[in-house]
Amino acid sequence: MPTVKDFETPNKPTWCPGCGNFNMFQALRQAYELTSQDFEHLAVVWGIGCHGNGADFTRCQGFHALHGRALPAATGLALSNPELTVVVEMGDGDGYGIGLGHFVHSCRRNIDMTVVAHDNQIYGLTTGQASPTTEHMMKTVSTPTGVLEEPVNTIGLAIAEGATFVARGFAGDVPHMTALFQQAIEHKGFAVVDVFQPCVTWNKLNTFAWFRERVYKVEEESGYDPTDRAGAMALSLTTFHDMACTPEQCKLPIGVLYREEGRPTYQDGLPQLDEPLWKRALAPRDLTEMVRGFM
Amino acid sequence: MATQKTLAATGNVLVAEAMRQCAPDVMAAYPITPQTTIVEEFAKFVAQGRVHTEYVTVESEHSAMSACVGASAAGARVMTATSSQGLALMWEELHIASGMRLPIVMANANRALSAPINIHCDHSDVMGARDTGWIILFAETAQEAYDNTIMSVRIAEHPDVLLPVMTTLDGFITTHSIDRAQVMDDETVAAFVGDYHPDLALLDDTKPPVSHGNFAGLGGPYFEFKKAQRNAIDRSAAVIKSVGEEWSAICERPFGVIEGWGMEDAELAIVAIGSTAGNARHVARELRAQGVRVGVLKVRVFRPFPFAEIADALGGCKAVAVLDRSESFGAEGGPLFLEVRSALYDRAERPAIVDYIYGLGGADVKLELMRRVFSDLSDIADGAEVPGRLVYLGAR
Repeated sequence: MPTVKDFETPNKPTWCPGCGNFNMFQALRQAYELTSQDFEHLAVVWGIGCHGNGADFTRCQGFHALHGRALPAATGLALSNPELTVVVEMGDGDGYGIGLGHFVHSCRRNIDMTVVAHDNQIYGLTTGQASPTTEHMMKTVSTPTGVLEEPVNTIGLAIAEGATFVARGFAGDVPHMTALFQQAIEHKGFAVVDVFQPCVTWNKLNTFAWFRERVYKVEEESGYDPTDRAGAMALSLTTFHDMACTPEQCKLPIGVLYREEGRPTYQDGLPQLDEPLWKRALAPRDLTEMVRGFM
Repeated sequence: MATQKTLAATGNVLVAEAMRQCAPDVMAAYPITPQTTIVEEFAKFVAQGRVHTEYVTVESEHSAMSACVGASAAGARVMTATSSQGLALMWEELHIASGMRLPIVMANANRALSAPINIHCDHSDVMGARDTGWIILFAETAQEAYDNTIMSVRIAEHPDVLLPVMTTLDGFITTHSIDRAQVMDDETVAAFVGDYHPDLALLDDTKPPVSHGNFAGLGGPYFEFKKAQRNAIDRSAAVIKSVGEEWSAICERPFGVIEGWGMEDAELAIVAIGSTAGNARHVARELRAQGVRVGVLKVRVFRPFPFAEIADALGGCKAVAVLDRSESFGAEGGPLFLEVRSALYDRAERPAIVDYIYGLGGADVKLELMRRVFSDLSDIADGAEVPGRLVYLGAR
């Protein structure tokens, strides 16, 4: 079975020094090894953004989709060949912006795949504009007077719309992220791991240090029940706070926030996947006998 | 009294400056390389209070053009800017803007389309939108991008026209290179573009209410709406010329729908749009110095296409090369070639004509390539075979 190193390509990552993407890249490759992925069956789809450059660095069956369109492309892949392990990497800029509709409908389908969101709360590749998860009233080059909209509650949205595994990681904690990615890939159903991924170049607010003072692991909290959907939804709301909050005022939960086992997946509802398209005989087929009855 | 200052600035900064001076009521935009600095610069103007525009940051280009359509139907002067995939994503809304006859002005930073991914200059994006009913202008320089933006407002809002205008500049080459340009004073631009007083605005409470975009299906007036659009874009040709002459008289820079260099007696000519016209002229000057009768014809207005002017300009040539920075896969040639060749059809005497596809995805447009084109033309004029209708210039 391939090991961590084997999932690399000869291309070296081009992210900025210190970028949270490096740690996510490391944790993902470790999760691929831990879940025994092979090159024939691991299919990874990327959207557009800094995260998308991972398409050049990851050895797998890869597809670099359009801005915000990683999920529908991955849906096509997953349905054409149910034997694939499908992983989507997307950013907050594309996946929760232009592609947000796809995200909602993918949750709703509970389609069996894993989504890893590189959530740096900024547009990194286009150099620092406000994204759908940028903090309320934060000033950026596209919003010099501050962002007017509330950030998307990505975790709450996933839970509300029917994703059956919803987790949050922090790019400053590789072992924790690795465990989340592993569980997400092993989960049967739509698994979302939204990762706080500091952009060291363009987001000077949500830095590694800023997160380190605020994140806590839900699994270390006594009595947290990740199967309680309403409780998970309530927890997702505690993520939001005033931009100028102190570490004491805002605590950010990470870990598996919600999971539900046993709910049928989208694939379960499609009996034709028992004999998927790629295994079927190609045309032309001999219809002589079938047509004879109508002659 | 019109006063101008000379600025050193990128094409994008100058487009943003022109937009500020035209004072749109609404701008809805989404960042995409290499357009981003246009809207960033404009956002800065809004934040500084230098323009009183409702500036809306949306979640996609589809939403950007949708918001522009809504604002324009409500009676606002509306502007936006985009590029490449952004323009492609706007496609269905581009038809809404032209079909509803909404005079939106949009800058496009010309960039290649995926796949594979590429962020550099070519004209695939804008040429993909050539049949959407928008008036389309091409700028060679940052100065032209500035001037075109200002003129676009007058053209779009002219009562004989009422169509959206796309004013394009080449990604990175023109958008990001610092160039010298003359910028007009604010008062002169404001007086030139004037105020916008739409006839059928949704929010005009002095008139009976109107609806935009209603069903016009079988037996309805859909066909006649399209005929009206055709008539409007045909009429825009005269408006573009007169607005150009008026602006030219103020800023003292020439404007024509086409711009010839050496075309008076040229035997060999290159037809180009956008920044490449400069490369072609540079080589044409060298050849002229050696006594070769060459010329360069730059097309500034692509829609409505100046057929008559182009036929007149090229009619006396022996051999003509059209430079296309985009493909029309499966067609006889690139989009510009198809138009130019069609323009020459009615002439009794026609030059030999050949299409060169060049610079896709930002491939270098070296002077050497321009020399090669003129050298090919010289051979063709001397009786050599036309090297196929379509040549991929400089492709490995």
